[in-house]
Amino acid sequence: MKIAVRIKRVPDMDVRFKIAPSGKAVDETGLKFDISDFDGYAVEAALQIKEKLNTGEVVVISLGPDVVQETLRKAMSMGADRAVQLKADAVPADSFAIASALAAELKDGAYDIVMFGRMSIDTAHGATGAMTADLLGMPVVNAISKLEFDGRTAKMRRELEGAYELVECALPVVVTIDEGIARPRYPSLKGIMAAKKKPLETKPAQLPALRLALDAMALPAERAAGRIIGEGSAVVPELVRLLKEEAKVL
Amino acid sequence: MSNNVLAFAESRGGELRRAALEAVTAARAVADARGGAVHAMLFGAPGIGAHAARLAAHGADAVLVVEHAAFAHNNPEAVVATIAAKMPGYGAFVCVASATGKDIAPRVAAACKVPCASDATAMTIAASSITVTHPGYTGKILQTLTLTATPAVVSLRPGAYLPKENAKAGTVESVAPAADPSASRVKVTETATGNTAKLDLGDAPVIISGGRGLKEAANFKLVEDLAAAFGNAAVGATRAVTDDGWRPHSDQIGQTGRLVSPDLYIACGISGAIQHLAGMRTSKTIVAINKDKEAPIFKIADYGVVGDVVEILPVLTAEVRKAKAH
Repeated sequence: MKIAVRIKRVPDMDVRFKIAPSGKAVDETGLKFDISDFDGYAVEAALQIKEKLNTGEVVVISLGPDVVQETLRKAMSMGADRAVQLKADAVPADSFAIASALAAELKDGAYDIVMFGRMSIDTAHGATGAMTADLLGMPVVNAISKLEFDGRTAKMRRELEGAYELVECALPVVVTIDEGIARPRYPSLKGIMAAKKKPLETKPAQLPALRLALDAMALPAERAAGRIIGEGSAVVPELVRLLKEEAKVL
Repeated sequence: MSNNVLAFAESRGGELRRAALEAVTAARAVADARGGAVHAMLFGAPGIGAHAARLAAHGADAVLVVEHAAFAHNNPEAVVATIAAKMPGYGAFVCVASATGKDIAPRVAAACKVPCASDATAMTIAASSITVTHPGYTGKILQTLTLTATPAVVSLRPGAYLPKENAKAGTVESVAPAADPSASRVKVTETATGNTAKLDLGDAPVIISGGRGLKEAANFKLVEDLAAAFGNAAVGATRAVTDDGWRPHSDQIGQTGRLVSPDLYIACGISGAIQHLAGMRTSKTIVAINKDKEAPIFKIADYGVVGDVVEILPVLTAEVRKAKAH
């Protein structure tokens, strides 16, 4: 099984962000970066398939400036076999442009499965995977939380709001990965050493004209500071009164 | 460029979803700004067309009904092919970013060779562009994006455009699927709807959520009792609790789960990890019950009660019942 996984480098979210002077980016000072959450699940899911079948190749692909090489090395330290950087000054907001560049790289790769996280945790559009599939003429199943195989048929589960779908599709297929599928492993020391010698190829990203532009980034208005109204069940009647008379939600 | 707007009227199990009415309402806003008409496209098994009147009541000038036995299940390939075949007649496509809408929108966009604006919480409409607000970075940063492609493909965050009655003709037109739905490469073999009597987290005006502070899975009964006392409440959970299997993954509220903004959110035994806050901080009123008064949840709670949630919940349930009885 030949599997490609698109990964994105994103900042750690557990911080208080600042906006850069341009007004169009986050201030990256002091931020830590890693593989986007859902992309990490995708890498793990791909590695587990390869390990189970004991054959195949896992290729990780990232679009962006040279700093993404670090993210690609991380995926290779987890076990991916090789990496491709599609070099661009920045990752554009235009998902169709990204998908076009990815499809150009993937189309002759003879991949059985192309994986994406169901969305990146930073820009959170969740569009690139499905668009890449369309450009490749491949079927796509979005936001899967289970993936099994019956020969060349992929059997998947997709979470909906309060419901789920069981889905089947013959390979090759593009899938976007939701959580619940596999917890990403930590790279072993051996894995980290091995990753340094694994091939990382850099090519220019073939990005078309952009038609979705990021105009500005802003921090949302802060909620008013919280208020503790009291302790223990004795305060419940007061809570109910406030919900009724002040918040008017009862 | 056409000023007309195509709205995706989402249904499941033969029923119209609230997302359908929100999509029509949002499409109306785009069409009114541009002097165009709203056409709603409704897919389903034969009989789904009966819902056309509700779409008309919310602002659909025309309802394109696509009936096929294979649409009893979700069939994104045939749905997308049929929408894409109609798109040359429209300047914009609007749907709600539900699980289904998030699946459909980028594929419609790709079929039209355009980008899409996803999960928008607001739109500013100009003659040949749409500017959207889209929360990113787990809700910590608001991105303003301008879509200059035609057609403009936009998915809106559930609740961004509340259904608004605005009766239009709603002329019904029957449309044949542009691709054979029984020949789709991706087949949905089963749709499990769970307990349909329960309100979905995206639809409920009140959400009662439980976390580790409940101590054990069985104590979720206390959360369910409070939801029942409200009568219009859904039950949510933290990631810690869904990871432990106390509740299904679909109940998880947070950065990687459902993003909700109900009128009232009651956090029961939830400390308020960033992961969780990202999914509920836009709720209109937040109540927190937690035994640790330093818990981060109290920083955003309008009303905080310090104490053991297992003791407090039955008292609250009784008080809510009393208040509701009046």
